[in-house]
Amino acid sequence: MTALIEIESVSKRFVKRVDLAGKIANMLGAHNREQIVRAVDDVTLTIRQGEVLGLVGESGCGKSTLGRMVAGIMQTSAGRILYEGRAREDGVASTQVADALAVQMIFQDPMASLNPRMRIEDIIGEAPVVHGLVDAAGKRDYVAGMMRKVGLDPSVMGRFPHQFSGGQRARIGIARALAVKPKVLVCDEAVAALDVSIQAQVLNLFMDLRAEMNLTYLFVSHDLSVIRHIADRVAVMYLGRIVETADTDALFEAPAHPYTRALLDEVPRIDMRKKRFAVLKGEVPSPLNPPSGCHFHPRCPRMEEICKTGRPPLLAVGPGHEAACLFPQTGGALPEPMSQ
Amino acid sequence: MSAPILSIHDLKVEFGTRQGVVKAVDGVSLNVYRGEVLGLVGESGSGKSVTGLSILGLIDPPGRIASGSIKLEGTELIGLPEDELRRLRGERMAMIFQDPMTTLNPVLRIDTQMIETIRAHENVSERAARSRAEEALKRVGIPSPAERLLTYPHQLSGGMRQRVAIAIALLMSPALLVADEPTTALDVTIQSQIIAEVQQLCSETGTALIWITHDLAVVAGLADRIAVMYAGRIVEEGDVDPVLDHPRHPYTYGLLGSAPSNNRRGEKLAQIPGMTPSLANLPSGCAFAPRCAFAQGDCSTAPPTLTHDGSRAWRCFHPVPDREDVR
Repeated sequence: MTALIEIESVSKRFVKRVDLAGKIANMLGAHNREQIVRAVDDVTLTIRQGEVLGLVGESGCGKSTLGRMVAGIMQTSAGRILYEGRAREDGVASTQVADALAVQMIFQDPMASLNPRMRIEDIIGEAPVVHGLVDAAGKRDYVAGMMRKVGLDPSVMGRFPHQFSGGQRARIGIARALAVKPKVLVCDEAVAALDVSIQAQVLNLFMDLRAEMNLTYLFVSHDLSVIRHIADRVAVMYLGRIVETADTDALFEAPAHPYTRALLDEVPRIDMRKKRFAVLKGEVPSPLNPPSGCHFHPRCPRMEEICKTGRPPLLAVGPGHEAACLFPQTGGALPEPMSQ
Repeated sequence: MSAPILSIHDLKVEFGTRQGVVKAVDGVSLNVYRGEVLGLVGESGSGKSVTGLSILGLIDPPGRIASGSIKLEGTELIGLPEDELRRLRGERMAMIFQDPMTTLNPVLRIDTQMIETIRAHENVSERAARSRAEEALKRVGIPSPAERLLTYPHQLSGGMRQRVAIAIALLMSPALLVADEPTTALDVTIQSQIIAEVQQLCSETGTALIWITHDLAVVAGLADRIAVMYAGRIVEEGDVDPVLDHPRHPYTYGLLGSAPSNNRRGEKLAQIPGMTPSLANLPSGCAFAPRCAFAQGDCSTAPPTLTHDGSRAWRCFHPVPDREDVR
């Protein structure tokens, strides 16, 4: 499969500058300094044509920031993101717009991402009219088509977002993204706020649309069972860095990085009864002041002295399987109690 | 078995709204025994949180407990004067919530809040209360508890705050702890730490635990018994293994079927069609009937009664055939 999106050494830094009060305090002898968070720290990743790439990690690991940079709604601090081999800032104006439209984003909370004072017809129809995909006269039919595609009844296009249920709002958000005929959807926790039965409906919709419209997905989620179900390949993030990438089956059956392993061990599962919880100690450290060397070393059961210095590179541990660990676990598979 | 610690009988809770009376809880009966963990599962709007709040007497207008009985260690809680309820709350029963920031007072230090709780129930010196508070923080796995006592809630991480809330809830060794989605907002690794701590504390003290959640997987690993709620009613109840392995109510069956981990990767999830009905406008008969694959004519005429089978029960006229494996 060919690469559709290439993320090349991308970083995102957020800097909190010293404010006026802090500067005055510094003159009086205080030591306020700029605080820098490396939300995404030198990440290289490829999204292939037609695949679903799952991006998992705990809160604060930078997965949403990376997703936003891929969708083009946030600038990178360093590195480039190529779409079909072109960096967005390189192209001429016409390809810039086309490339920007090709990658659309779906957000976690549809109520926060839908304008409460706009009717559904305009929410879905505004962008395709502006970009000339359809003229104003054809807007209603176009919107109706999009609504049918995501399983909504077109007769309700005159309503406002608050008149819909959570699942329907999620569908509206999807229809809005699809309306500009994207090639890639970046889904940021797109099903996290939904009830289980509604979540299943929306996940099925994503899979139908993928087959129907030949879409590529970057699926950002903290929910490993959702990622395992929908993704072809998975990348695991910890404190701004990718710690492991692999095909979904390989990752879930033989995780190489101790963090991935711990994460998989601790996910509650329906087939695990009276489980003994907690193998991993401690919390995710503050990204303001991450540990030296491998960010995971203070919590890692396999830690050695050398882990405290130097960032471990992503190294191949199997075909298409890379882990950023000096002492990866290879060979030993996780116990698999419930394969069908 | 000995007498239950908590016994709820035919509880009905209503909310007066502009759309009419909403029956948030409609005839719930439950027993919880000493040291037992009951998982109360349901989707949003199923009445699981309202059930939890009713136990603690925390239903505010326009909500009201319309009828039924809630007995804690034999004492009837409904109609109990507010000052007696206040004494029981914290001492014999306690509750933890999804967001610990709603439990903790943001402008008071942790020690102030904990010492206040102890001295509200017991006549002890501040010094003794402080050392008990420190002990309690240690038990929930908070490192350097003496320093943590001097911090404000906003200085702690989400997992730490939830631990403090749990420590406060367990200060007086209550007979019953109601936990309303306490780990939903936390990361998996923190979630499993907290579940482990609650699990251990409850088994040490014999505190009965009601764990309210939408997440069947959490309940599977934690609970002894499970009760599934839909539209204000308990539709299925029983020991965890039979209910999750061989659900008899079509809703439980559908919920399990739609969990991604119970499906083959990449295949379509078995979904429940439609959406949860509005509580203001419930169908007569079984509330699940319009979404149910097993429904027949009689389902829409009268609400089904409970069918008992050993330790389990379900509320359905046409249950899922026995021993049909959902996996």
